[in-house]
Amino acid sequence: MEITAGEVMVAQAAREIADGEVVFVGMRLPLIAFVVAKRTHAPNATGLFELGVVRDTPSAELLYTMGDTPNVAGATWCARTIDLMGLLQRGDVDAGFIGGAEIDRHGNLNTTAIGADRQHPTVQLPGGGGGADIASLAKRLIVIMPHDRRRLREHVDFVTSPGYGSGSDWRRSVGLPRGGPSVLITTLGVFRFTGGEAVLESYHAHSSEADCIANTGWPLRVASEVRMTEPPSAEVLAIIREYDPEGFWTRRGES
Amino acid sequence: MSKVVSLAEAIRDHVPDGASVALGCALEPAVPFSAVHELIRQGKRDLALIGPISDIAFDMLIGAGCVASVTMAWAGNVSAGLGHCYRRAMEQGIPRRVRVFDHSNFTIAQALLAGALGAPYLPTRTLLGSDIPAANGTFKEASSPFDGSPLLLIPAITPDVTILACQRADADGNAHQWGPWGVSQEAALAARTVIVIAEAVVGRAVIASDPNRTIVPALKVGAVVEEPGACHPSPLQGRYARDHEFFHEYHRATRDVPGFERWIAEWVTGVPDRAAYLRKLDGRWAALAAPGEPAAEATF
Repeated sequence: MEITAGEVMVAQAAREIADGEVVFVGMRLPLIAFVVAKRTHAPNATGLFELGVVRDTPSAELLYTMGDTPNVAGATWCARTIDLMGLLQRGDVDAGFIGGAEIDRHGNLNTTAIGADRQHPTVQLPGGGGGADIASLAKRLIVIMPHDRRRLREHVDFVTSPGYGSGSDWRRSVGLPRGGPSVLITTLGVFRFTGGEAVLESYHAHSSEADCIANTGWPLRVASEVRMTEPPSAEVLAIIREYDPEGFWTRRGES
Repeated sequence: MSKVVSLAEAIRDHVPDGASVALGCALEPAVPFSAVHELIRQGKRDLALIGPISDIAFDMLIGAGCVASVTMAWAGNVSAGLGHCYRRAMEQGIPRRVRVFDHSNFTIAQALLAGALGAPYLPTRTLLGSDIPAANGTFKEASSPFDGSPLLLIPAITPDVTILACQRADADGNAHQWGPWGVSQEAALAARTVIVIAEAVVGRAVIASDPNRTIVPALKVGAVVEEPGACHPSPLQGRYARDHEFFHEYHRATRDVPGFERWIAEWVTGVPDRAAYLRKLDGRWAALAAPGEPAAEATF
C-alpha cells in the first residue's frame, strides 16, 4: 500500500515527542502520533487531553474525538479543563500539537475566520478550541497542517494562536511566558523555526524542495543541509495502520 | 423536594427567549442533545449560547434560528469538520446574523470559574498576542500589581441556566457525572439555575454512597429530567459510545438550507420526544451500548 502524506506526517509528529515528556495531544493526526510515540521510542510520555483526560497508555481503539469513551477507559485522571490548562499555564507541559487553516512565516496561526472583518467573515472556520492556549503556554508547539499557498501566507487574516508574532523577541515583549512553534509539519515538508521563522528542513518523499517553495506564500528559507523527510519505518506504518485501519485520519488527504 | 419534571416542562419553565444558556460543557461527550432538540421544537429565540466546543449542538440551534449570540472557543462538527449552519449564519446572515464572542477553552473555563467563585474576573497569561481578546471585546489588558507582568483579565460569565447531562441524579438534583468534566462544574456553579438531565433518577442513598462523584449539588438545581439516551449522538461514559457516523451524516445532509430543514424535520420536529427518537434509531441505538468496567470499591 502506498504511504500517504498523513502517514508521513504522523511518523514525523511522533518523532517530535521525547520519552518522558508531558504532551497536550490534541485532535486528528496527533492522536495517532501519540500512539506511535508511546509504542516506539517514548513509552514514558504522558498525554493530556484538554477536556480533562490524562493517560499514559494509548487508547485501545481509534479516537474520533478526545471525548470518546475509549479515551477515558484506562485513563489515570479524569479532571476538569481548568486543571489541565492550569498545568499548561504553570509550565508543566513540554509540548503541544495544534493544526490550523492558515499560518505565516513566524508560525502565527489562524483557525478563526478568513476575511478582514471577524463579525462578517468570508469563510467562518470552527475556531481555536484550546489551540490558542497550547500555542501561548506550552514549552514548545508542534504544528500540523495541509500545505498550499492559500494556507501558508505572508500574513494571516486573524492570529488565533500566537507564534513568534513579528519575530524572535516578540513573545517576551507581549508577555507570553515561554514557548513558540518548534516545528511545522505539512503535507509537503518539515519546517524548523530558527530565529522565529520557519525554515525548510526536509521535503517528503512525494514532494521536493521546489514543491515546498512553490506552494508557500512567502520567500521560503531553506536549510543548507535540506534533505528528504525520513519515511515511516515498517514498524511505524504497521502501528498506524493497525490503529487507523480504514485510514479515517491518515487517508483523508489533509490533517 | 422532588424537582422531577418532563424535559418539555423544564425547557418551558427555565429557558425563556433571550436567556443565556450554557450547554455541551464537557466538550465532546455528554452533550444534552435532547434538550437542544426541545429548544428547537419550542421555537426559542434570541438565546445567548455559552460553551467551549459543543460539537454540532450549537450548529443545529443556529441553523434553527434560535440564537442571537455564541460565546465559545470552537463551533463546528468535531470529527467531520466545519459546521454548515454556523458558516451560513456568519458568512450570509442565514437564517439570521449571530454575534460571536470568541474565547479559548482556557478563557471560557476561567470566565465560568470566576462566575462560580463570585469573582468579577480572573487574570491569565494565555492569549497575550492573540487577536481573540480584541475580537471578543470583553477582556481587559492589565499588568500584575505584584510584578508588573502583562495579564489579560477575563470577566466572569454567569449563565441564566446551565443544562447538564449526567449518568444519575436524585430527585432533588444532586447529580453524579463521571468521565471528563470539561467546564461542566464551573458552568453549573456559575449559573442562576441548572437543568439536570439524568439517564436515571436514583434514590438519595445512591448519591450519598459516593459524594465525590457529585458534580453539582441540589441547591443549584431547578429541574431534574429523567431521559435515557439524552446525549446521543455524543457519548456518555459507562452508558453508550459516540455515534460517529451520525455526525458525518449530519455534515453531509446540512450542506444547504433545504437539506438542514429536511434533517430537522426528520430528527427534531418530526419526533415528539427522546423516546420516539430512540425508537427511530432502532438497532443503531442498541449497538452503541458501552457499559464499561466497574470502578474499584471505595468505602465511606
